Amino acid sequence: MSKMGSLVRIENLCFRYFRSERWALYNVNLLVEDNEFILVTGPSGCGKTTLCRCINGLIPHFYEGEYKGDVYILDRIRVKDHEPYELAEYVGMVFQDPESQLITSSVEREIAFGLENLGIPREEIIERIEWVLDLLNIRHLRKRAPYELSGGEQQKVAIASVLALKPKVLVLDEPTANLDPASSAEILQLLQELRAKMQINIILVEHRLSLIADKVDRIVLMDQGKIIAEGNPRVILGSKKAEVIGIEIPKVIKAYRELFGEEDWVPLNSREFAEVVMYALESHRS
Amino acid sequence: MPSKAIEVRDLWFRYEEGEWVLKGINLDIEEGELVAIMGENGAGKTTLIKHFNGLLKPIRGYVKVKGIDTREASVAELAKFVGLVFQNPEHQIFAETVEEEVAFALRNFGYDKEEIRIRVERALKEMNLYEYRDRNPFSLSGGEKKRLALASVLVYDPEIIIMDEPTTGQDYKQKQVLGGIIERLNAKGRTLIVVTHDTEFVAEFFDDIIIMVDGRILARGRVEKLLTNEAIMKKARLLLPQLAEAATYLKGKVNFTGNYLKVENFVKCIAEAMG
Repeated sequence: MSKMGSLVRIENLCFRYFRSERWALYNVNLLVEDNEFILVTGPSGCGKTTLCRCINGLIPHFYEGEYKGDVYILDRIRVKDHEPYELAEYVGMVFQDPESQLITSSVEREIAFGLENLGIPREEIIERIEWVLDLLNIRHLRKRAPYELSGGEQQKVAIASVLALKPKVLVLDEPTANLDPASSAEILQLLQELRAKMQINIILVEHRLSLIADKVDRIVLMDQGKIIAEGNPRVILGSKKAEVIGIEIPKVIKAYRELFGEEDWVPLNSREFAEVVMYALESHRS
Repeated sequence: MPSKAIEVRDLWFRYEEGEWVLKGINLDIEEGELVAIMGENGAGKTTLIKHFNGLLKPIRGYVKVKGIDTREASVAELAKFVGLVFQNPEHQIFAETVEEEVAFALRNFGYDKEEIRIRVERALKEMNLYEYRDRNPFSLSGGEKKRLALASVLVYDPEIIIMDEPTTGQDYKQKQVLGGIIERLNAKGRTLIVVTHDTEFVAEFFDDIIIMVDGRILARGRVEKLLTNEAIMKKARLLLPQLAEAATYLKGKVNFTGNYLKVENFVKCIAEAMG
């Protein structure tokens, strides 16, 4: 069957929160293949956060409501049938506000916490702590208390404690929303590096497309509870749909289209844009 | 001669016996000016603007708002012409319904019922909150609460409007709406001071900016001069706007003039180079 081998498979998913008249998600279908970096974006209230909650099991286990359709992890684990703590081994979740996620008195304890909950043997816990401290380059924070760290450092610790569980999928719901610009850029850069270093699939919710568009494999565009387009970032950001629903179109894309008209290809960062312009300037001179 | 909305002289401030948070700030903002204050977390931006409505008082130096020394005026007196929209709306919200929240200041200032109804409705519609008018403010999302906090200040139309990080948690569409409101208020002659580290937003809606680093003002000037200055941006831990970044790659090949951080002007400069 062609559906084999998917990491996350969402089938005809509908969800309506308890006492809400509106479907937060309506008939959503999505396949996440192996080794993908997916960006989920769309205007406020489009259903991005609800979608994340359906992947990590907070819906339907924590948030009540009407649930139709199915979500499968690794083809065989039906989210509906497993509590979020059982899913934590497969799906790692990072939220907007790292403080809500950090609970212990030291970074080391924080990373150990989830591993102990999964019943991982002592020696392996120590090994994984060392591994993840190196992976995220936060060895110097090891003995520090999470609450005394900067927002950017806290978010790195939150990511580290989730990655220590070696999940297949890392889901991040606006992880940079409360960070200053330099720290935001650092976290997004870090995600790209993680992708290169290890087998991890990333599903990221983020508004600031100018910072992230050139780093992802696929963009999933949502509006009013539905996926309205998905595909290659150049195709999605070059399409009329993205403009119409009012997401941020990176300024180099706007400038490119005014200069060169409507084409299938659009630049995803300032370097790509500058290269096209330089090429045009040179061919003009010769 | 335009008169001063805000005058700051040698302002020093610290919380209790801590480190100095503001270290000798000097600043003039004229009536009718629109200015963005930028800098990383901890640079002192929020502490500075809390001096503009008298919430904080200088330890050394002085702050005058429309000529009134803030050490000699209460927050309530200053509130008549200074509206401050906090970064965290929870610090501001307390009423039982969205409508009540927005009406509060007007009732306090003694407006009549009909005037209150008209103004509240207008403010709620403008901030895209009208359908939530009967809801409890605390049931709103983070972004909606922020818009509610803004509506409750805009509704009484103060002469000086200060906003602390208004774009956080807002999507692109809402940011464009907010930018439009800022432009319109400024065109009406209001003085606007907006604290933000959103460089793309500032590049689009502001001409005049102030950059703060470590309790001091590092620079003040035109947006396309400061946001394209790599040394200043690095010191302030801010990101170059995307078009500034693109312009650095094209240095020497394209002559960038005017405010080329706006797409329209940026495109014009390149089109000229292409002949």
